[in-house]
Amino acid sequence: MAEPSGLGIEIRHLFKIFGPSPAAHVQKVRDGLSKAELMARHQHVLGLNDINISVPAGSIQVIMGLSGSGKSTLIRHVNRLIEPTVGEVLIGGADVVKMSKAELLQFRRHQTAMVFQKFALLPNRTVLENTVFGLEIKGMPRNVQVERAMRWIERVGLGGFEGRYPNQLSGGMQQRVGLARALANDAPILLMDEAYSALDPLIRMDMQTVLLDLQKEIRKTILFITHDLDEALRLGDQIAILRDGKVTQQGTSQDIVLRPADDYIANFVKEVNRGRVIRAEAVMAPPGPTEGPRISRVASLDEAMRLLSRSGAQTAAVIDEAGRIVGSLDLPLIVSSMAPHEPEMAQNDQRVPLFS
Amino acid sequence: MNWFSSFPQMNDSSLTALKKAIDEGFRQFTRQYGDTIEGFFTPLQAFLIWAERLMINTPWPIVLAVVGAIAWLASRRVSVTAAAIATLLLIGYFGMWEDTMRTISMILVCTVLSIAIGIPIGILMARSAAVQGCINPVLDVMQTMPSFVYLIPVVMLLGIGRVPGVIAVVIYALPPIIRLTNLGIRLVDRDMLEAADAFGSSSWQKLRKVQLPLALPTIMAGINQTIMMALAMVVIASMIGVQGLGQPVLKAIANQYFTLGIFNGLAIVGIAIIFDRVSQAFGLRLQKHREAVHG
Repeated sequence: MAEPSGLGIEIRHLFKIFGPSPAAHVQKVRDGLSKAELMARHQHVLGLNDINISVPAGSIQVIMGLSGSGKSTLIRHVNRLIEPTVGEVLIGGADVVKMSKAELLQFRRHQTAMVFQKFALLPNRTVLENTVFGLEIKGMPRNVQVERAMRWIERVGLGGFEGRYPNQLSGGMQQRVGLARALANDAPILLMDEAYSALDPLIRMDMQTVLLDLQKEIRKTILFITHDLDEALRLGDQIAILRDGKVTQQGTSQDIVLRPADDYIANFVKEVNRGRVIRAEAVMAPPGPTEGPRISRVASLDEAMRLLSRSGAQTAAVIDEAGRIVGSLDLPLIVSSMAPHEPEMAQNDQRVPLFS
Repeated sequence: MNWFSSFPQMNDSSLTALKKAIDEGFRQFTRQYGDTIEGFFTPLQAFLIWAERLMINTPWPIVLAVVGAIAWLASRRVSVTAAAIATLLLIGYFGMWEDTMRTISMILVCTVLSIAIGIPIGILMARSAAVQGCINPVLDVMQTMPSFVYLIPVVMLLGIGRVPGVIAVVIYALPPIIRLTNLGIRLVDRDMLEAADAFGSSSWQKLRKVQLPLALPTIMAGINQTIMMALAMVVIASMIGVQGLGQPVLKAIANQYFTLGIFNGLAIVGIAIIFDRVSQAFGLRLQKHREAVHG
């Protein structure tokens, strides 16, 4: 059933502690007990520590973190594959944590779909049979299942492969099946758990493009888990960085790259291709001379540099969507912005770099 | 120091009294409930007789055609099909057709019963550690207890005939199908179950669409083992009146008829090989999707 698109996800004060008596230790964690201390003193593992994330409907929220940071635990709370210790997960106003067993089944069938790191395709089913899985569970008529599944198989570029078994496909193609299976469900929320981490880099880029293209038309609320900062920056409208079960920074890709909240994040950001991430508006100088090429304020520094060097001009004017000049960029400014300098801390709210 | 050199056992008179009491109790139980229990098994008896008549009364060319068709459908291999038909032809030529039909009908009934009882028990075991903990020791007993021992109470309760034979065979042949059903379901990848959960499967949907299909090759191996063990019981079952290839073997043992023994023994081996190859080929065909690998 085509659900009305447009459910946001609101995670509030979510804690997850693993161990024999997790509830007893929540207060200590609230009072500032660290993950290491909880382990050493009480033999409980702190999975998630006071998570607050709000994902607007129709946007891509990336959760980034290294292994053990709790990101896979977090995404499993959204469809309650893991029970939280305390907290709320509000989706369209309903608290997933409070749902009964029957409500939860209906919620999973109609509101969410999930893509897995290891694909989790059924080996005894063909591509088509795998893609209809969610629809079968919902109890849809067979002809609707097949018709809808075939549409998505075509859409993810697997037309002609519907009779193959997963074993006969490459990793990238298998994950396309995983994606088709999730999209065929037509749920407003798409959960992607390290969906591309098992793929090699070129295929991964390719699949990211597939997702971004699809998102332009489907406008789902997507929660995307990754350990790869480049992937996070490319896909995320919003990014949350998770470390030891705690969100250490939330913001747009610009926020993360230009104003990393701490040394840990700054360390990550150092390795990022800044030219591709930073936008013109984030580093531009006040409006200057009006001759020279025009650059959109959302253009990346890479694009700005290509445009400037091709035109041969010294400075370019940065314009907004209405075509008004809102700033200027010259080559030295671009180059210095692209070079990773000493991390600027968040409190140092200076948009124009020092050496311009 | 007497207790040191000879074991301090229970004194003889109380031991005899204990054995007598148990025997008496069981005899009492038999006298009281024997008819009820026999009544309970009457439908099984009727089914057994019906199956045996069906096999014997069907003209032999039709039986051959059916066996050939089953072998072909299960294995899709000419060699397996031809071997099955040739074996049956040889058995018939050497005058053992009727006994063989009796044995096959018996084995089929025992296998169907074992599957019908074993798969649900295996599923229950896979779903609960407690059930597994209770049933495992029972299976151990069933597999290690000498079959003659449980023939005694069965014969006391039900007398001699087909039904006690079937019960003895099923007790012996049941453990592998239970164990392998349990194992097959437990071996299903956790990722698959998580995916099924994420799409909102109820536990019945999970069982039917994910666990059983993925466990099927293992379950097939269990069925194969069950058939083989049922065949191994044919001779022992003939001691309590089950007719078929076991009876001539028994006669051969008693009278030292070497040729009679070896002919019927080989016939048992022949059907065992047919059952084994056909069911294995079927199991293999279920896993076709694993063979073709990308790359």
